[in-house]
Amino acid sequence: MLRKGADIVIETLKEEGVEFIFGHPGGAIMEVYDALYRDGSIKHILARHEQGAGHMAEGYAKATGKVGVAMSTSGPGATNLVTAVADAYMDSVPVVFITGQVPTHLIGNDAFQEVDIVGITRAITKHNFLVKSIEELPLILRQAFYIARTGRPGPVLVDIPKDITQKLSDVSVPNSEAVKESLPGYKPHLEGNLQQIKRAVRLILEAKRPVLYVGGGAVQAEAQRELVELAELMRIPVTTTNMGKGAFPELHPLALHMLGMHGTYYANMAVYNCDLLIAVGARFDDRVTGKVEEFAPQAKIVHIDIDPASISKNIVVDVPIVGDVKIVLRKLLEEIKREGAKVFHPEERKRWIEQIEGWKKGHPLTYTRSDRVIKPQYVIEQIYEATKGEAIVTTGVGQHQMWSAMFYKYSFPRQFINSGGLGTMGFGFPAGIGAKLGRPHREVFVIDGDGSFIMTMQELVTAVQYKVPVKVAIINNGYLGMVRQWQELFYERRYSEVDLSVQPDFVKLAEACGAVGFRAEKPKEVREVIEEALKVQDRPVIMDFHVDREENVLPMVPAGKSYRDMILEDGKKSVEAETMYLVG
Amino acid sequence: MADITGSAGLDTIKAPLFREVRKGEVRKHIITLTVRNELGVLARIATLIAGKGYNIEGLSVGETHEKGISRMTLEVIGDDVVIDQVVKQLRKLIDSLKVKDLTDTPHVERELALIKVHTAAPRARDEVLRLVEIFRARVVDVSPETYTVEITGTEEKINAFIDLVRPFGIREMARTGKVAMKREGTPQEEE
Repeated sequence: MLRKGADIVIETLKEEGVEFIFGHPGGAIMEVYDALYRDGSIKHILARHEQGAGHMAEGYAKATGKVGVAMSTSGPGATNLVTAVADAYMDSVPVVFITGQVPTHLIGNDAFQEVDIVGITRAITKHNFLVKSIEELPLILRQAFYIARTGRPGPVLVDIPKDITQKLSDVSVPNSEAVKESLPGYKPHLEGNLQQIKRAVRLILEAKRPVLYVGGGAVQAEAQRELVELAELMRIPVTTTNMGKGAFPELHPLALHMLGMHGTYYANMAVYNCDLLIAVGARFDDRVTGKVEEFAPQAKIVHIDIDPASISKNIVVDVPIVGDVKIVLRKLLEEIKREGAKVFHPEERKRWIEQIEGWKKGHPLTYTRSDRVIKPQYVIEQIYEATKGEAIVTTGVGQHQMWSAMFYKYSFPRQFINSGGLGTMGFGFPAGIGAKLGRPHREVFVIDGDGSFIMTMQELVTAVQYKVPVKVAIINNGYLGMVRQWQELFYERRYSEVDLSVQPDFVKLAEACGAVGFRAEKPKEVREVIEEALKVQDRPVIMDFHVDREENVLPMVPAGKSYRDMILEDGKKSVEAETMYLVG
Repeated sequence: MADITGSAGLDTIKAPLFREVRKGEVRKHIITLTVRNELGVLARIATLIAGKGYNIEGLSVGETHEKGISRMTLEVIGDDVVIDQVVKQLRKLIDSLKVKDLTDTPHVERELALIKVHTAAPRARDEVLRLVEIFRARVVDVSPETYTVEITGTEEKINAFIDLVRPFGIREMARTGKVAMKREGTPQEEE
């Protein structure tokens, strides 16, 4: 059937099962918006800024596991998407970005609203395309979705010149087989090498002090059941990264919670002293390892990852296993059972668990409570209790993000959504809107900083327009808190340009936009505000929590330092860690 | 009170331990790629290598016997460990079909150069012609003041020829960059 390129775009998106497009129209993409209007079956969410649209698509993708779609016009529309593209790239989020482009004959002419967005995003996309003819349009769009969601997921950008959206063609939308065959150079390796899996099993059975180190790859692969089975069967404690939260339930007795810069004392001590580290869908990021020479210095390392380029990138591993985390873990479990599931050193393994219990009891995550000022950690604990631990939490970047990672306990994958790799302030609120649209039956809490919220707060209007009842808890300390903390600790309290005490009245702001606003200034008001907010189900709510201004995120391993240099929850340097070298 | 400082019966020592960190040697690598000849494929490869802070020392691209498939040879000076990472990332590119680091594999490599030599001086024409013959090069263009010489061979051979004609004066020069291929048989004697 003869139809416009723009209609082919919508037809292909429907074929891919797209429910939402997060976007903002403009000149070069108008044909597609016209086709969207005429078709009427895909819901479009009109963000107030393209960056917001990008993060909404990410939040939707992170919460549902489906491919998110963000769309903008050429030029500034496209450049406004760039931060979200980079963010999705760093955190392996499957998002297809569609940008309008100036007509083919004007490309390269410095035309109105022209930028080379394919060139700009080359280093921050899994792949990108400039569509050169209407005949290749449906194939490219389907390739984009296929590439975005398979293997190590990631963003794919498709740039469509305006004339191609206007032309007519009867080209058909190719089927999935044809899409696969059209990409001979792209074959994600899923199965895992059996020899390597056997070597890994041997190391697991031989180990005296094993630790599982679990990252975002385990969330992407939906491997929670396999992980729990492995941990329980072999009695291996599990630490998760920021991105891996929820891949292993945090209330489980074997949970060590987060490791790394703001990891728990017991997770970092366990990793420092382990003799076998099993990395599962994690990438040995510098925020995890600190000083590489002193990261798990005695450990043999098994690394399971779908991305061969992630293996031995920062740390050389002993047993690399390239494959899908879920598939590999299943095979690993089969192999362990075939070997009788008998560990070689049951006594040492028992003592290892006891040792970790001791560390947990000695240094739990804690903070100094107060009935005078609101402690930020207290707010998060209260949100946790009020939502019975069942809400999806999204965050911005900074202190509030780390407190949300520490003081809310996550029990299912895709429950904690934040910008881990790029560290994008302003991510949390639009991502929360996307998450809520994707998971409407879950309560979604955006725990944000006052600094982060202000970066994308225009989306408040968007949330009001579409009646998205996200709950925004602003941990308001009137500072760019994490920068202030570093200035306090490493720059002799020279607080250079971090004071945000001049700020809008967030309650009035909420009201001005048609949302609901609450404020809490005393600890006893906190729970009441949260309970009131939970009653609102037809629009967004802003909760403005005025918290202790100079609270720090602890424990902390300073950047580039060893776990031995950990600053503990009372602000003192870890003395025990210095004398704690387990061997054997 | 749980024992948090001691060990629950596990052995301890007093000194910190260190992980051995792999450090590579910095040297020239020769990498060959087979790629789908799609828009932007060269830019993608260049972006990836530039992103590691490395300069591309040599590059040659051409079509293969298969339609739409091109072959590239890249020369990059870099740390072995980082190059290993680069190769893995090049393999990940959607349009790359095959990527090989040939540096430590027996391989054939050849380069072509066009060199315009100043030959106006007395005896220069004879002398240059003699060199051309010795190096099995060819004169492909002649003017009253210049010879343009075409020479193929290994990098060393071309460098040796250039050093010998340099005293006459080189007006212009163009080199293709290497093309390389894995050897299947026993190494042939270099020409």
